[in-house]
Amino acid sequence: MSSWETVIGLEIHAQLATKSKIFSSSATAYGAPPNAQANLVDLGYPGVLPVLNREAVRMAVKFGLAVDATISRRSVFARKNYFYPDLPKGYQISQYEKPIVEKGRLEIVLEDGSRKTIGITRAHLEEDAGKSLHEDFQGLSGIDLNRAGTPLLEIVSEPDMRSAKEAVAYMKKIHTLVRYLEICDGNMQEGSFRCDANVSVRPAGQEKFGTRCEIKNLNSFRFIERAINYEVARQIDVLESGGTIRQETRLYDPDKGETRSLRSKEEANDYRYFPDPDLLPVALDDEFIESVRGTLPELPDEKAARYVEKFGLSDYDAGVLTASREMGDYYEAVVAKLGGHEKLAANWVMGELSAALNKEGVEITASRIDPTRLAGLLARIVDETISGKIAKDVFEQMWSDDKDADAIIEAKGLKQITDTSAIEKVVDDVMAANPKQLAEYRSGKDKLFGFFVGQVMKATGGKANPAQVNEILKKRLTG
Amino acid sequence: MTELHHHTLAELAAGLRARRFSSVELVTHFLARIERSNPELNAFITVTAEEALRAAEAADKRLVAGEGGPLVGVPIAHKDIFCTDGVLTTCGSRMLSNFVSPYDATVVERLARAGVVTLGKANMDEFAMGSSNETSWYGPVKNPWDPKKVPGGSSGGSAAAVAARLAPAATGTDTGGSIRQPAALTGLTGLKPTYGRVSRYGMIAFASSLDQAGTLTYTAEDAALLLGAMAGFDERDSTSVDTPVPDYAAALDQPLAGLKIGVLKEFFDKGLEESSATLVREALAQYERLGATLIEVSLPSLPLSVPTYYVVAPAECSSNLSRFDGVRFGYRCENPADLLDMYTRSRGEGFGAEVKRRIMTGTYVLSAGYYDAYYLKAQKVRRLIADDFVRAFARVDVLMGPTSPTPAFDIGAKVDDPITMYLNDIYTIGANLAGLPAVSIPCGFVGQLPVGLQIIGPHFAEAKLLNVAHGYQRETDWHKRIPRGYE
Repeated sequence: MSSWETVIGLEIHAQLATKSKIFSSSATAYGAPPNAQANLVDLGYPGVLPVLNREAVRMAVKFGLAVDATISRRSVFARKNYFYPDLPKGYQISQYEKPIVEKGRLEIVLEDGSRKTIGITRAHLEEDAGKSLHEDFQGLSGIDLNRAGTPLLEIVSEPDMRSAKEAVAYMKKIHTLVRYLEICDGNMQEGSFRCDANVSVRPAGQEKFGTRCEIKNLNSFRFIERAINYEVARQIDVLESGGTIRQETRLYDPDKGETRSLRSKEEANDYRYFPDPDLLPVALDDEFIESVRGTLPELPDEKAARYVEKFGLSDYDAGVLTASREMGDYYEAVVAKLGGHEKLAANWVMGELSAALNKEGVEITASRIDPTRLAGLLARIVDETISGKIAKDVFEQMWSDDKDADAIIEAKGLKQITDTSAIEKVVDDVMAANPKQLAEYRSGKDKLFGFFVGQVMKATGGKANPAQVNEILKKRLTG
Repeated sequence: MTELHHHTLAELAAGLRARRFSSVELVTHFLARIERSNPELNAFITVTAEEALRAAEAADKRLVAGEGGPLVGVPIAHKDIFCTDGVLTTCGSRMLSNFVSPYDATVVERLARAGVVTLGKANMDEFAMGSSNETSWYGPVKNPWDPKKVPGGSSGGSAAAVAARLAPAATGTDTGGSIRQPAALTGLTGLKPTYGRVSRYGMIAFASSLDQAGTLTYTAEDAALLLGAMAGFDERDSTSVDTPVPDYAAALDQPLAGLKIGVLKEFFDKGLEESSATLVREALAQYERLGATLIEVSLPSLPLSVPTYYVVAPAECSSNLSRFDGVRFGYRCENPADLLDMYTRSRGEGFGAEVKRRIMTGTYVLSAGYYDAYYLKAQKVRRLIADDFVRAFARVDVLMGPTSPTPAFDIGAKVDDPITMYLNDIYTIGANLAGLPAVSIPCGFVGQLPVGLQIIGPHFAEAKLLNVAHGYQRETDWHKRIPRGYE
């Protein structure tokens, strides 16, 4: 069996978080009743004209600057012509030959810690179409045009990815970036961040790309990975049995875990692109671009590098903590309150806190424990008032009420036992109560050390200082 | 006896302010004329009698209080391409035969704010595509000078209404000559302003980079009055230009001595009918007597204007008309079987032959494999044409020539020969391609049929253009003639 190389390019549509639509003054807020947010311009009534939303341009430029791209001083809107009921004008206003952003790049970090640069061919502005709803209507389709006209930034990568994992890493990085930049809320359930994958395979070593298929309807990171893997396997299968790949669009079915053909890309529409005569070319000067540059926040990579350098965190930890601006902000607030102990804080934010947030399905901004309270808890570990293990119980308690760590430790009498003689006494009691295990340990069964630790902790209600317990047990057990 | 409909718009406006008559009287007078003559001429698709009288009453109140500007209480007709809130807006098409617009076009809004009263919506070639007003779903319009002849198009209804004195003025639109050519064929002053001078918001789009709203009036003075109210930047139209609107009326009487007139060599070709050519040359001689100098000017790319236009305009219209699909408004076929059936039958039944012809042409020139050879090439040639004009205006103040190759032709004579029909626009199209302002004024008659002189100016030179037109109208009275039966 010859070896195959996978080639992947991603097209991401990020809905820009402007208040009004890209070419009309309608609101963009999600969840309104059908067609409540569609005015005459969105509906493509006779005689209406588009007017460009300046904020959408700002956001596109912001993105371009964040990925080191070229910002076009002159970009042009073009009409993409096709007929569909959710496209009121019979054309979508997009950008074709002259997009606003070109030739950017983004560095991704893979699971093994290695880094790779993915090229971004272009990013352009366009308007979203409406929604077609087929259920709930007997033999008809319902058209909701609230979404029609919402600004999209279409981000097209170079076909630089070579595995599903790389694709996921890239998609996650873009997702993090657009949220950092506050240009997109990244809500995949609501459809504000959508991804299509172009997948092909070629024999390892071959320079020419194989025929690619486009997979649509990928609205979660998990789906992307599965869909790509399925598609790669499918294509290899076809090629190895002597067949050829038909260039087509495929849909990912998450229930069946497979991709299936939607339509042939070869027979696809001729969109008859031409520059939209209702809109002027977008002319940007240096002053404007620099003013946008001035609004860039600290980017995820910069922040992560700062964590590694300043806080001594590993690349991996820094990466997790900077996955969102909110998590980074939370973490730094904890560190500030704690006055250091960055690794401890990192472990707790990535560990207990994240687990609690995930369980409840809330974002870190809605955390029941704020940085101050968490820092209060961690301070008690630092000063050895309680052990790490006890702290977890206290954390759980803090999650369900709003008391401080100190109050809970006090109320439940959880202070750590650090009195050496008290611990020695317990150790002696435990050794006396377990002569069999003692004999076995002393005759070489080292594994039983853990048993004795457990017994001491049980006898002290978990409050004995673990380091001291270890030290004393070691001394006493070896006799 | 001088009847109310013998007056120019400016005279009526002055009369209203002097309270010699009221707006209600004026509107009633014209509504009666419309009722009598429209069945014959077919100039109006919709007559908004009730609304007009209500607006006239409101105008009279303002007049009594001495409020508002010169246009308060003056009645006009709007070409049925302008969206009018609560009023049927058909664009001369079956496709919009049920379309009551939910909003006013900027042009309509601005004129209404200035106190103008709308008498009704004027007939037009379907979706502004035509040079004879024979493609309208609502039937052809007759030329008041000779009912067997066309009034020109696409603003044929506007022209016929004003020429027959059913309204003292009308709005029109001009994409390839659709104001100027009907003005020439009906003895009116037809003004197409610079592209971007007047807002296109609410003006149903035919060819977005060529369309422009303008006026059909008896005189340049009337055009100046209306343009002053219509023109100006509109933030709802990204192609409208933010440049101040001059006082067009103030510039009208500037003397014409020293005016340098470029006579377009390419316009006096074998396509121009002899008698029309003679009248145009006489008009040029008249200008010389007023102190102007004639300079022969050649615009070598100009003969390419018709093919250029007939690639660019259909391309843009094929896209602009995609929104007419039976889904949200307009004509929908009965009992569609599925989506494709609804699209094909609604559009097949809703559009007329000329519209379909242009959509097909436009789709073709934009299609993959042909875009470069047709659309892109045409836009490049357009640049050459525009540059030719710029070079000419370095040497002259205005350009002059005929508006139309012939006077009005018979209804039905050219309707089966699209190419011959397209050639009616041969002199007017250049100004649209270059975005230049141009006006047609009456300069004589061939028998009973009027002939027009076209004056083209540099960008935003409407004041100059109207001044030059006005100078001629002070010395001549072609523009005062009224067709037999409509006095």
